[in-house]
Order: sequence, then C-alpha cells, then structure tokens
Amino acid sequence: MPPIDITRFHQTFFDESFEGLDVMESGLLRLDPDAPDDETINAIFRAAHSIKGGAGTFGFATVAEFTHLLETLLDQMRSGNRPVTCKDVDVLLRSVDVLRSLLTAARDGSEADTATAQMVSEELGALLAAPAATVEAPAPAQADAPVAAAPRGWRIEFIPKPELFASGNDPLRIIRELTLLGRAEVICDTDALPMLTEAMPEACYLSWRIDLHADCGRDAIADVFAWVEDECDLSIEPLDGDVAEPTVDAAAVTGTASDGGEQAPGADVDTPSTPPAQDPPAAASGKPELTVIKGGRPAVAASRPATSAERSGEGGSIRVSTEKIDALINLVGELVITQAMLQQTAQHLDPVTHEELFNGLNQLNRNTRVLQEAVMSTRMLPVEFVFSRFPRVVRDLASKLGKQVQLQTVGEKTELDKSVIERIADPLTHLVRNSLDHGIESPERRTAAGKPATGTIRLSASHQGGHIVIEVSDDGAGLDRERILSKARERGIATSDGMADEDVWQLIFEPGFSTAEQITDVSGRGVGMDVVKRNIEALSGSIEISSESGRGSRILIRLPLTLAILDGMSVRIGGEIFIVPLNNVIESLQPQAEQLKSLVNQAQVIRLRAEYVPLVRLQELFGVHDAVRDPQQGIVVVLESGGRKIAALVDELVGQQQVVIKSLESNYRRVPCVSGATILGNGQVALIIDAAEIVRQGARANAA
Amino acid sequence: MSRILAVDDSASMRQMVAFTLKSAGYDVAEAPDGAEALEMAKKEKFNLVLCDVNMPNMDGISLVKALRQLPDYKFTPLLMLTTEAGPEKKQEGKQAGATGWLVKPFNPEQLVTTIQRVLS
Repeated sequence: MPPIDITRFHQTFFDESFEGLDVMESGLLRLDPDAPDDETINAIFRAAHSIKGGAGTFGFATVAEFTHLLETLLDQMRSGNRPVTCKDVDVLLRSVDVLRSLLTAARDGSEADTATAQMVSEELGALLAAPAATVEAPAPAQADAPVAAAPRGWRIEFIPKPELFASGNDPLRIIRELTLLGRAEVICDTDALPMLTEAMPEACYLSWRIDLHADCGRDAIADVFAWVEDECDLSIEPLDGDVAEPTVDAAAVTGTASDGGEQAPGADVDTPSTPPAQDPPAAASGKPELTVIKGGRPAVAASRPATSAERSGEGGSIRVSTEKIDALINLVGELVITQAMLQQTAQHLDPVTHEELFNGLNQLNRNTRVLQEAVMSTRMLPVEFVFSRFPRVVRDLASKLGKQVQLQTVGEKTELDKSVIERIADPLTHLVRNSLDHGIESPERRTAAGKPATGTIRLSASHQGGHIVIEVSDDGAGLDRERILSKARERGIATSDGMADEDVWQLIFEPGFSTAEQITDVSGRGVGMDVVKRNIEALSGSIEISSESGRGSRILIRLPLTLAILDGMSVRIGGEIFIVPLNNVIESLQPQAEQLKSLVNQAQVIRLRAEYVPLVRLQELFGVHDAVRDPQQGIVVVLESGGRKIAALVDELVGQQQVVIKSLESNYRRVPCVSGATILGNGQVALIIDAAEIVRQGARANAA
Repeated sequence: MSRILAVDDSASMRQMVAFTLKSAGYDVAEAPDGAEALEMAKKEKFNLVLCDVNMPNMDGISLVKALRQLPDYKFTPLLMLTTEAGPEKKQEGKQAGATGWLVKPFNPEQLVTTIQRVLS
C-alpha cells in the first residue's frame, strides 16, 4: 500500500471544524445554566470531540491538546458530574474563540496567538482542578506493572469464556497474532468440549496453552489480548527452565478451534447444557455474564431526542461553488433576453394565423420567468447567516458595558442574495453595537424610568415586495435630539432649532458625526453612521430612522433581494437607451423656464420647490450628440444619492423594467459613471447609470 | 473483497478512513451516524464495521448493541474508534458487544494494521 498523504484531508477537517465551532458557540449561547438541556450539551461535546479527534489524527497537536481540556470539562457536564455555571460557559465561549484562532493559524500556516491560548487553557485547567469535579483523569490505557527484563519467552494460558465469539473475536486471530511476535508452541485443551448433543453451537469450549519463544515484553503480549481480557482467563508467565511439552502444530489447532466456534450453527441443541465440570471457572463466571449481555445495560443513549435544528440542513443539501451558480444565472439572463427578442419579433406577426407560435411564446415566457426565479433562489440564503453572530456580540458587549440586554430575532428564515448577506454583516453589527452602547440604558436608569431592567434589542427581517426589510430596534432611551443638534453645530453642520425630528435624525449620517462622549472600543471605531449609510446605499438600499424619547429607536434598512437584477427606468438620450436605477429616482418633470437658473460659472440649476438642484446634461457626460439640449424640450429626472440630488436631463422616459445586470468591467473595462450594462429585448445593449457617481460629480461641479 | 462500513460523524475522519482502507484494497461504505449505519447494515452484510463512539442520532455504543442483535452480525467484527483512552468507554463498548477498539488519534498505517489483524 502506498503511503497515504494525510494533508489531502485537511481542507475537510478545517471546514467541519469551523462548522463545529459554530455549533458549539450557538449551543453555548443557548445553554441555560439553570436548566441545561442534555442534547445541547451533547451536541457541544460532540463538536469538541470531533475537532479533537481530527486534530490529533491530522497532526495539529496544539489544537488537539487545547481541545482535550475543553472536552474533559464538557464531558463532566455531559455526564452530570459538574453543574453548568455561567462562569464555565464564559470560559468555554472564550475557548471557542481560541480554537478558532488556533485552527485559522493552522490552516493559513500563520502564527497562532499562543499567549491567549495559554491563558484560556490555564483557566480551563483551573476549572477542571476545582474540587467539585470528579475528574476523569486522562490516564494512559495501559499502566501495567513494570516490565521485567524480557525472559526467553512466555507461557500463556488462554482460557476463553464460552461467550467469546459473541464479541466477534476469534481465538485463532489472537494466536495468529502471537505468532508474529515469535515462534509459538500451541497446545489446545479440548477437555471442556461437551458431547455434540449438549454443546452450545455458539460457545467456545476450547482453551490453549501457548509457549511463546519471543524476546518481547509482557505488554506486547497483553496488547494482543487487550480486546478479550474480560472474556477469558489469562495468565502470562515468564517461560523458565526447560519446557518439555508435547507440541501441537498450530495449523491443527486452527482446525479444531474453528470447529469449536462455528460447529453446527443450525443444530437444534437447546437443552440447557452447562459446560462440563472440568472447567468450573469458565462456567461459573460465564453464565451470569451471559445474562448481563442479553439483558442489556440500561440504554445509555439509545433514545436521544430527534435531531436539533442545526443539523436540519444536512440531509437535503449539497455544496456548489458560487461560480457554477453565477454561470447558471448568467445563462438564464441570456435566455430571458432571447425570449424577449422572440417576443418582440413576433409582435409584427398576425396573431390569428400564428396562433400556435404565440401560444408557444407565451409558454416560453412563463417558463423562463419561473426558471429565472428558481435559479435566483439558489443564491438565496436565510438572513440567519448574519443574525446568528449577534447573540454572541450582544452577550459580550452587554457584559462589558454592565448592561442587561436580551436579543430577539424575528424572520431569520427570510432569504436574500448571498452577496447582499455578506455585505450587510458589518453595517448591521455597527447598528446593533450602537443600540447597545447608546440606546439601552444601564439597569439602574431603566428601573428608575419604570422600565424592566433588561433591555431588548430586536432584529427582524421580512420581505416587502421585491425588497427585504431589516429592522434593528431597541427599547432604550431613544435618540437625544438636543445632543445631536449641539454636536452637529460643533461640527459645523447646518442646523436649525425648528428642524423636524426626522431631519435631526438624518444628521447622524453626516460624515464625522459621532455622539459618543468618549471613544470607547465599543462604538466609535472610526466608523460612523455615514459609513453604514454608504454601505447600505452601495447595495442599492436605503436606511431610515425613527425614534421616540424614552421609548427607544428603530432603524429600517431596505435592501434589494439580489444584486443581479435591478429595477430600472429606461430613458432615451438621443438614439441611445440608458437605464437609471429606480432606487435613485425621486421624481421626473418637464421644467418651466422660470425654474431654470444659470449661475456665474455657467452651471445651471433647477428650482424644485424650495431647493436648487444642479442640472446635469447626461448627453455631455456620455458624448451623445443628437440629444435634446434645452431642458424645456426634454425631461429632467431628479436623482438622489448620499443625501444629495441632481437633475439629469434626458430626452424621454421609455419605461420601467427589471434588467439583468451584466458587468461591464469584466466584459470590457470600467467606464466612468456607468455601473454596468444590460441587454434589452431588441438585443441592444443599454448602459446602467451609476447614479451615485453622477450625483457626486454633479454636486462637485456645481460647487466649483 | 472484504466490505467495510465506516461510521463517523466527522467527514474528515470518514474520508481518511475510507481513503486509507480503499488504498489497502478494501471496499468501503460510509455512514455519518449510527442510525444510518444500522439501516445500511440491514440491507447488506458488511464484513466489518468501524464506528466512532460519539455521534448524533445514534451513538457508537447503541449501534454496536443494535448490530449484535441482528443475526447477520452475530460474529462480525465491530470495532470502535475512540479518543477516550480511559477504560470506561472501552468497557462500555465491550459490554455492548464490540470486538475491539482503535484509539484516536491513529495514523493510516495503524488503521490498516488493525483492520488486517481482524480481517485476514
């Protein structure tokens, strides 16, 4: 057999270990010290156990050593020898962190944080040393008597109990193994063999004496018998003096033994036959033990409750690389376009004479949509993937801040696109931290205000139309209007005392705004709400705040379900069609002459009710020559991004449609002010306008 | 060719065991837990079953106990993979009817040696 390269299993080991850590973490967070749930503790234990086993097997000694402590502690909890305390859970959670970093270091070949590992492992050690625990010492299995100087050989008396075969063991295998150690003289004792009519077909009646001429230790022999040590009477004595015994050929014994073991399996010998008296020890000790096996020990873990939630996904899912899925989505996108082209071509035909074709096209239309939805759904993941990190975040932070907080999550099963999920994790973390840090008051202040001492943070997700709405709300103090206003003034942000609350709340999205009186390591990591807002907008989403003093605040995030499809408004500029993301469109209008103002620097603005909005001529931006230049002849589309607006001049609005986004960058190159492209029903390529960039440019040009 | 059923909830261990035993010329089937293993064992007769102790749904001890009740597995070698080097688990395994055990961590060579010991 060629040597096995064990590194080939490493990836699987890491994958499952990280999954195991997630199971441990969520299990530990769920664990209620007052009423620990057995299955949860078992699941945590199993995860630790698998990591340890794998780490040992695949050669990650540090991981294995560390996990051993963890496992020992968990095993005590599991077997009920140790009460589950909050302190234990804390240390266990930190151990999970350490393991994660050790595994990451092992995977990436980077330097592990041994200092923290050392610290936590000492804490674990201290817990284990606690007197309450009946520590199951990880003693080596074979702590046998010291090995005497190896004699010339050993005399082994091997008297199997009748039920030896019931464990699947075979004396022949053992004897054969002994012969690997040295030359063996084997004598089979058949005295205990009863008459055929009395013999139990499944019992072992034979015993052996083996003189092993081998220069080996007693342990080596004991090892051979390790599996059967309770199913036989065994004596291993040094072979001394001249042994002049009749020797029996090992092959001959082989034959006898197998006869003894499997003789007449169908034979109808049900008379209760005790093995003859020549072998009293075997018979005496054999009988009661036999009943023990038959009766069975109380089923230790035979009836476990059905699998818990975290394994629910295991059965019916396979891992597919995102590349494959993206390729499918792309193909379906092409199919949608082809279908639209066919539909458009067929419009010129007479529906009566081409009825069948029209029927077929309608069916194609329907199936394409269903297929598109189905394929899109493969990229969808439950928002649980992000929500699941928050119990830990909230727990850690609350204890750091000395607050009592419970986290409620609602709608974890709501699905959205994988790429969106990945990119909302950070903004959401920021919002949750904010709620905890600034929103929820200390238990004393809460009690004083007549609220329950424990605050609540609620994370919920739901579908609304083509969007997903994620809400982060708390029952804390709410936003502090006065503090926000004074802070804004301090920062030189324009404010007025009569501002509506909604406008005041918007101030916290201004760059550089932070109301934290001191920069803690909780909030204020140099990432402000402005970054949160920018991240959400980069996902074509929007964010809203509402707040009530003393009652709490609520932040609503609306996100598109997917980044692969866009709700767009198609507009015509000259002979070209462009797509404007509908999210950015505020309104469209045909401006009157009195609404237009020219500034000294040639820039033009449009007065929209009380505000002036810079006019951007898209045809100049995109170099389209045959387009309308006079705003009164065309249409202006007011676009908003990052709180600023511009009025984009186009020839006409063509319609609203969902478009499949194609990357321009990967197919051509990056083009300024264009975020992507799509293919229209007639096969024509239309560029998708990057509203954020145009608004930024327009506002800058206007300010210049 | 001897057919072995490898039972472990850890995919990496299962992979390693299966790959190693296949390289050694055995035919290997895999199961992620005791319950599934029992179902498979009822459908065909394996020459040897190698199982982990701690598994969801049905652990190794219960699996061994259940297998021994089946006429087809009365004398079949049933080996347990155990990290617990302490005597208790082994004892529990033996009581349930296990033939023997293999202590984790083990390397592929040790695995093959042990299997060959039982299946020659």
